[in-house]
Amino acid sequence: MKNRKKGWIATAILTIVAVFYVSPLFIVLMNSFKKKAFINLEPFNMPSEKTWIGGENYANAISDYGFLKAVLWTLVITVGSVVVILICTSMFAWFITRVSNRTTRGLYTLCVFSMVVPFQMVMFTLSLVTDRLRLNTPWGLIIIYLGFGAGLAVFMFCGFVKSIPIEIEEAAMIDGCSPLRTFFSVVLPIMKPTYISVGILETMWIWNDFLLPYLTLDLNKFSTIPITIQRMQGSYGRVDMGAIMASLVLAIIPIIVFYLSCQKYIIKGVAAGAVKG
Amino acid sequence: MEKSIKRYFPIFLGPTFLAFIIGFIVPFLMGLYLSLCDFRTVTDAKFVGFSNFAKAFQDAEFLHAFLFTSAFTVVTVVLINVIAFAVAMVLTQNVPGTNIFRTTFFMPNLIGGIVLGYIWQLIFNGILARYDLALKISAKYGFWGLVIVLCWQQIGYMMIIYIAGLQSIPGDLNEAAEIDGAGAWQRLWNVTIPNMMPSITICTFLTLTNGFKLFDQNLSLTAGEPMKQTEGLALNIFNTFYARVGYQGVGQAKAVVFFILVVGLGLLQLRMTRSKEVQQ
Repeated sequence: MKNRKKGWIATAILTIVAVFYVSPLFIVLMNSFKKKAFINLEPFNMPSEKTWIGGENYANAISDYGFLKAVLWTLVITVGSVVVILICTSMFAWFITRVSNRTTRGLYTLCVFSMVVPFQMVMFTLSLVTDRLRLNTPWGLIIIYLGFGAGLAVFMFCGFVKSIPIEIEEAAMIDGCSPLRTFFSVVLPIMKPTYISVGILETMWIWNDFLLPYLTLDLNKFSTIPITIQRMQGSYGRVDMGAIMASLVLAIIPIIVFYLSCQKYIIKGVAAGAVKG
Repeated sequence: MEKSIKRYFPIFLGPTFLAFIIGFIVPFLMGLYLSLCDFRTVTDAKFVGFSNFAKAFQDAEFLHAFLFTSAFTVVTVVLINVIAFAVAMVLTQNVPGTNIFRTTFFMPNLIGGIVLGYIWQLIFNGILARYDLALKISAKYGFWGLVIVLCWQQIGYMMIIYIAGLQSIPGDLNEAAEIDGAGAWQRLWNVTIPNMMPSITICTFLTLTNGFKLFDQNLSLTAGEPMKQTEGLALNIFNTFYARVGYQGVGQAKAVVFFILVVGLGLLQLRMTRSKEVQQ
């Protein structure tokens, strides 16, 4: 009895904290419907008749700053990179775990090493390489993400492959499956949970990444959501606070939809990634 | 079996390995070499030995950025881990609605650093404006602003890891301690925390490296203002490359120093906390 009462008191306190915790998002949403002159003056007031502007900020963000195009390119880069990373690195990880010699052990060490190298170490030279090889498009960026994101993915896949009993694969091969067929029809289905975890971690990283696309993409032709928002704030004349607020809302909505629709997997994926980390 | 797999190495290893060379190995090696050169573009690179490093260490802004980042990292590591641990403890008791709270506290983590910075800029400036102040007039506001932003973003993430750790502690350990007459604090210090060391290792490692590598939030929230007083290491390196003509070599040297710092600190921390882990 006493314990239950304590539980409800905790719930009450946590509810208040949780409301504060998400309030910044609602403040941004509220301000996205205000005239831009009023946003900095009174950010905490609800829009009134005097300050209400309706959907005009959204229209500006889309027409003046090409926000929808940025959303589209971000989607292309994220989905493309994550699919390529999942397929290529899982094959890589299975191979280097099953074929154990000095070379494959060296490759594993290299992958783990690449995880701890901060991006600043390679950012300048990476942008030179991508320019030289004409990889400065969203499609080229997929290759770069495969290379730079391989470390974490290979590491997590290797951890899982080690726990799969090798007998299952041997049975498939004795039955006449080629290694490719064995991988795709035997190993891949077993690894489904790891695919989800790695997919979620890589999605969270690539969707929000600012610096890598900023330095490698040809910015005259392409942009992503973080780059567009950063440029709005940049030094091009007056800052349009209205359009920024609308863009922030548009940037957050897909994330929240994604989160709420697969939060079970996301939370599991984070916990799994940490245990292996 | 190994033999027949081996023949397929171009298909299994090829794509990832090629991308790894382009996206990581070549830039990394080039970066190491260029830190010893004077250059603007790579074609005019001239070997100059360690003079870039000498210039980097004489740069007062770089040293200030180092101190700023160190102070920032210490504060955020402590705050994030203590709060996340406490929240995880509460949420693993029988609190009604615990799943909703987990969902809520984790959410900010999915929002990118640039977006986060601009959300909080609006809020901080809104609050400070009431006292005729602004975020970018004092380094103090920028520092604590960044601390709040990083806490808001990462507490939920670390909380999830701590919850997973707490749930893996066998319940009878705590019961046995209770029967032996251990109080709540004694159980926390002598049962829970020793068993949580693996989670603590990971969370301190993550918060330590995240604090050190802070960039997006720094750029969007303060951009180093006022007068580069709130410029962290990563932002300082970025500005050395792209805002100062002829300083690319120095920038690359700073990047190498930064790389060594991050790796060294990470290894040191892992060794320190790993040694405290207990076998179950």
